[in-house]
Amino acid sequence: MTASTYGAYGGRYVPETLIPALDELERGWEEARADASFRDELELLGERYVGRPSPLYETARFAPAGRRIVLKREDLNHTGAHKINNALGQILLASRLGKRRIVAETGAGQHGVATATVCARFGLECIVYMGAEDMRRQHPNVERMRLLGAEVRAVEFGTRTLKEATSEAIRDWIANVETTYYLIGSCVGPAPYPSIVRELQAVIGREARRQMLETYDRLPDAVVACVGGGSNAIGLFSAFLDDEDVRLVGVEAAGAASLGSGRPAVLHGARSSVLSDDDGQVLDAHSISAGLDYPGVGPEHAALRDSGRAEYVTATDEEALAAFHRLAETEGILPALEPAHALARALDLDAELILVGLSGRGDKDLAEVLEH
Amino acid sequence: MAGPETPELARAAEAGGADLVEIGFPFSDPLADGPVIRRAAERALAAGMRTEACLENLRAIREVVAVPLVPMTYASLLEAYGWERFASDARAAGAASLIVADLPVDVHPELERVQLVAPTSTDERIALAAERTDGWLYLVTVAGTTGARDQLSPALAPLVTRARAVTDLPLYAGFGISTPEQAAAAAELADGVVVGSAALVAAEEGAAALERFVAQLRAALA
Repeated sequence: MTASTYGAYGGRYVPETLIPALDELERGWEEARADASFRDELELLGERYVGRPSPLYETARFAPAGRRIVLKREDLNHTGAHKINNALGQILLASRLGKRRIVAETGAGQHGVATATVCARFGLECIVYMGAEDMRRQHPNVERMRLLGAEVRAVEFGTRTLKEATSEAIRDWIANVETTYYLIGSCVGPAPYPSIVRELQAVIGREARRQMLETYDRLPDAVVACVGGGSNAIGLFSAFLDDEDVRLVGVEAAGAASLGSGRPAVLHGARSSVLSDDDGQVLDAHSISAGLDYPGVGPEHAALRDSGRAEYVTATDEEALAAFHRLAETEGILPALEPAHALARALDLDAELILVGLSGRGDKDLAEVLEH
Repeated sequence: MAGPETPELARAAEAGGADLVEIGFPFSDPLADGPVIRRAAERALAAGMRTEACLENLRAIREVVAVPLVPMTYASLLEAYGWERFASDARAAGAASLIVADLPVDVHPELERVQLVAPTSTDERIALAAERTDGWLYLVTVAGTTGARDQLSPALAPLVTRARAVTDLPLYAGFGISTPEQAAAAAELADGVVVGSAALVAAEEGAAALERFVAQLRAALA
């Protein structure tokens, strides 16, 4: 069964118009994941199109003395981030459901690029909503999406970032629900999206756990991943949830700490921990990283925080930038600013063998980094 | 939308012939709303219209109009304020019921409210909504957000037929109805019409303009 709630979080807080589409999605997903041909196609495309499995790489000079830091290299995937794992799985699902028009939201542009990519591959119409502020700071990805044949629609109101882009994508879906598939980019939104995205990203954790055992003959002491909506973190964490000795550490941007400073509220179709005020109004998030610049978070992370199974900490813009430069200069790897937050906390974590999700590469962030 | 001018506007709507007035309690991320209501919510929030102020506003409106008042809002406000507390405080302030745009019938079923059904709703869900709704059933005429459309949605007629098959309660149609012609056409099918965005646009010209607009709608329904 697909989970619809995680403790007191998750659920479906959407206009009635969408409920039949969510029911259809849930049925379609249950059928797809039980279908060996769906799983085989996803695995084959993962291998030959995405480049899976992604390597595990132990840093040579980045880790401080006495620590070993191992990177799960999702930055080496086709399109440069973990987002393609989810986009590929959902596009196969959309095709099974007979939908020819795809809408998506994007923040950093990585999910938009991944969605535009799989739409090109499968010959589907693609519309990506993106905040005007994010279009400015992630401009290379805007051009990439257009080259891939997607229409990028600027969202010019509110925060002009991921929050508003998500709202507009959902409004488009409400208006075109008969023909359109909403390809959500993170483990957020109304059920069953959080569990679909989690399962499609769980490949990261399955591979990493197996690779750790193969290479080190042991599990890591800690697993660290950045958390915006939280899809790369939940994908990586999922394989280690039952390994009680493995610490799970999610790193939020200090100015967008939905788990660290949020409270229960309803945003984008689900109840979760949200940066919001006493009246339930959603507050603006602030981060140098467009992918973490989101006031909500996946409901499963809120439940993992409450249960204590995972801990959630923050990194500032400055700490993320410092980690970005350090990885570039010590390893010859430009990380995206999102996982640079995870790298920053990995540096001072009290653990010997640390697995870090390097969820994407930093090419898209060059302008932002050079500006600072 | 709740605000300092809303008591005067509600009185104008009543004078123009409105049988019921919806009062928006603004939310920062209104998924069911198109640009007109979204912008009105943004303005209201910028002017400080949080839940307590909206309830106070509702009391002021209640003092000057006699028709039923129905706050329309989103789940996050109730989540923060407390579900039962919100319902009882709204009633105490003069609300006849509530509309929560992102709360499907099977979520928080204990909250008495006007249920919405849409062209995409299954017969089972229409029956459930009709059974649980508070007084009347809100028929969403289109798959889409609030706001004016060129034509009355062709999806309304089959929706009325399906709803009528399961309930004798009044059926009021809303979303996308902005002109007297559309209101008249919708009212031939349903028992009444809900006009939101177009009324907000009229209200931007002042209470007299809103009263004239509502009177035109009223005349079209006669």
